[in-house]
Amino acid sequence: MSISRRIADNQPDHFAFSAENKKKIKTILAKYPKERKNSAVLPLLDLAQRQHDNWLPMKAIEAVAEICDMAEIRVLEVATFYTMFNLKPVGKYFIQACGTTPCWLRGSDDVMRCIKDKLGISSGETSACGKFSLLEVECLGACVNAPMVQINDDYYEDLDYMATSELIDRLTADDVPPAGSVRGRQGSQPEPAPTSLTKIVPFPGAKKDKGDDHA
Amino acid sequence: MITLTIDGIEVEVEEGASVLQACEAAGKEVPRFCYHERLSIAGNCRMCLVEMERSPKPVASCAMPAGNGMVIKTDTPMVKKAREGVMEFMLINHPLDCPICDQGGECDLQDQAMGYGAAESRYQEPKRAVENKEMGPLISTIMTRCIHCTRCVRFATEVAGVPQLGAIGRGESMEITTYLEKALASELSGNVVDLCPVGALTSRPYAFQARSWELSHTSSIDVMDALGSHIRVDSRGNQVMRVLPRNNDDINEEWISDKTRHAIDGLRTQRLDRPYLRNAKGRLEEASWDEVFTAIKKALGKAKPEEIAAIAGDLCDAESMFALSQLMDNLGSPHKDCRQDGSVLGQQGEGSYLFNSSIAGIDETDVIFLIGANPRHEAAVLNARIRQNYINRDVKVFRLGAEVDLTYPVTELGDDARLLETLVQKGGPVVTALKRAKRPMIIVGQAALRRKDSMGLLDLVGQLAKQVDLVKKDWNGFNVLHTAAARVAGLMLGFLPGKGGKSTTDIISGLEKGNIKVLYNLGADDIDLSHRENKSFVIYQGSHGDRGAAQADVVLPGAAWSEKDGIYANTEGRVQYAQRVTFPPGDAREDWAIIRALSAAIGQTLGYDDLSGLRQAMMAAIPALGVTDQPQSAKLGKLGRRQAMSASPMRHAIGAGSGVSFYMTCPISRASVTMAECVKAFEINDKAEAAE
Repeated sequence: MSISRRIADNQPDHFAFSAENKKKIKTILAKYPKERKNSAVLPLLDLAQRQHDNWLPMKAIEAVAEICDMAEIRVLEVATFYTMFNLKPVGKYFIQACGTTPCWLRGSDDVMRCIKDKLGISSGETSACGKFSLLEVECLGACVNAPMVQINDDYYEDLDYMATSELIDRLTADDVPPAGSVRGRQGSQPEPAPTSLTKIVPFPGAKKDKGDDHA
Repeated sequence: MITLTIDGIEVEVEEGASVLQACEAAGKEVPRFCYHERLSIAGNCRMCLVEMERSPKPVASCAMPAGNGMVIKTDTPMVKKAREGVMEFMLINHPLDCPICDQGGECDLQDQAMGYGAAESRYQEPKRAVENKEMGPLISTIMTRCIHCTRCVRFATEVAGVPQLGAIGRGESMEITTYLEKALASELSGNVVDLCPVGALTSRPYAFQARSWELSHTSSIDVMDALGSHIRVDSRGNQVMRVLPRNNDDINEEWISDKTRHAIDGLRTQRLDRPYLRNAKGRLEEASWDEVFTAIKKALGKAKPEEIAAIAGDLCDAESMFALSQLMDNLGSPHKDCRQDGSVLGQQGEGSYLFNSSIAGIDETDVIFLIGANPRHEAAVLNARIRQNYINRDVKVFRLGAEVDLTYPVTELGDDARLLETLVQKGGPVVTALKRAKRPMIIVGQAALRRKDSMGLLDLVGQLAKQVDLVKKDWNGFNVLHTAAARVAGLMLGFLPGKGGKSTTDIISGLEKGNIKVLYNLGADDIDLSHRENKSFVIYQGSHGDRGAAQADVVLPGAAWSEKDGIYANTEGRVQYAQRVTFPPGDAREDWAIIRALSAAIGQTLGYDDLSGLRQAMMAAIPALGVTDQPQSAKLGKLGRRQAMSASPMRHAIGAGSGVSFYMTCPISRASVTMAECVKAFEINDKAEAAE
């Protein structure tokens, strides 16, 4: 896809970081040596995207290029390389669904099918209501709780068709469920209950201490 | 030094060399796409895989530093298989359109696929297709052919200094593009076509014009600027098809400017292919050689010796200038000048007009002071060399003159030439920097040398040179950056006003006042003769129907640079031979031959009948012209003379508000359609955008 097809048709004429974000930029830049300003390109693009309804207009890319002292094309390279940056407007809930092998083996196709059934969108599309966008992405590193999706900043794990359906229903009503496993698993512990480390085994040779209460 | 073994051959390479370079030192050819000697190492094509002992996998030799005691094998079955694998991946998405591809016949991928490609593909899936990108009037793109070597991206960023090219997207959707698909705004953009190892970037003006195997190649010298870049001219029949750079580390490395490469279509248009004579009605009318010679004889017969003058232009070969100079001597006239721009150089010894440090000397300098010079537009390839030294060695550059983006940071000193007085009297950061420098360099541009106060300016530069020790034991830091290919040879020949002779400005005003009656204009198209007296008689000899011919009474059709053997001296005083590629059109003749024939017709026969005779006479008269391919460096004598400096701002000779476009500096480039398109794309459009 050429650039014109990758970016939004309607580009704003201006982009300026908010006063609050300008302060944050100072903090971000301070993390890197002065002659290595380029390193700030990722956090700054992220900041710009958060300020601008979760997508980056070209003016924002140019603003970041100016701050980082980089050529515009270099910033555009970064922005097009990572799926975390959106160059077109996305819905309020931006769903990144993992389709890499572990999630796929555990039923990511069902998750995708559910989204298609309920919202009528495939990867790269935004729903008619404008509230949801879907993007199929590669591994997001939550394989232990596969299949999973990332919605804005949060992971929703252990999904199946029904759970995805419920998730979408609640988001439609703007009732954002807590992040993590939809089955209530803590982290990636075994189901229904932990199978190891269930009781305290004293360290061999450790002194018995009456005050030490592990229970 | 590092010693390693390549296929059983022990070689020694320098510290920091790569395995690939070691392989080359051992005479082993390693296929490659992304690696290029003059660009940074990317290591992304993987074609240069070799086997290294004690490594389980083949290694990319371009990115692997050579180490002591390494044992490398380049001809094992493992290497062959690895490279075949890489080639198979490369060909997955490469279209098989070689029969309609301009790169066909001189394509790295085609050549290497002969060695490492499979006879048939195992690939069944759909191939990817990529939209073509707009990269301006010089580069045509067929992006489906791209193999993502990123040579063009690295060239634009590192050498040309215009970081506009990049690779967007990732994996299969990766694409090379310019930011928002604007044309690549560089004077060196044509070089990406040479760098592209496949047919993704090809020359737009040359598209579908010829096949590489139909062309005859002639090694020659470029005349579009005063660098004398080494070029290869490819021709078919009697037509110049294209110009490519030849490698020369001391001048142009392996780059040439877009004007050098693409102004050649100007060789076909606006040509003077027969003599012309102004008739009674004041119109130029076709005539025969006999008729024009008779007219000239008549005009010369009416004029006294001191009423005859000659001016030589910017593209003349040394031979024709020498012949004309002798003819003027024989006629008894001291009025001759090869500086049509009114420059003051030439009367104070060789050292005062040469690029004494030599172009390669830029690789040794640590501080450069530009005075009225705009190397980006006056010598684009030289500017790339300064940029390389800024990147690699952090060379400091100061400038006195109008601001223009040189693609590297410059400390601006403003455009007031009177600043030099302050610098000489009170010093300043630039003086301190020059003093501290081991090899300081001052580059004086043509704009600084054609001012009314240029002699005063040179005097100040001379004082500055003494203060900062510009000339050391093995270093002469005084440099003049010329823009005209003919100029240095003209100055060496002494094509300058003789005793009591008039300079260009005086000759022109003499024509207006009536004390110059006959002017022999040898290819000078940038002088304004519109106010000359009606009775005056102007002979124009040149290749193109440009301003010079329009202002003349007699037009003698000469040969363009590609149609004659000629000697040119570049800005360093390096004497080089340009070779004849094609024949002059119609009745046009080689320039020295026209002057020789005319001399006989007017009874002043010059003493040589062929070019070698002329060259012998010339080299006997000026031995320096007999020293070929060596930069000259002469003692720096007195520079300029005391004169009050004027307040007029320092402009540039070419580009950046000078009124002269980089793309149109001579009759050939002005006649070129491609150059006109470049002006439209890069200068007119830019102005419109800036105005918005």
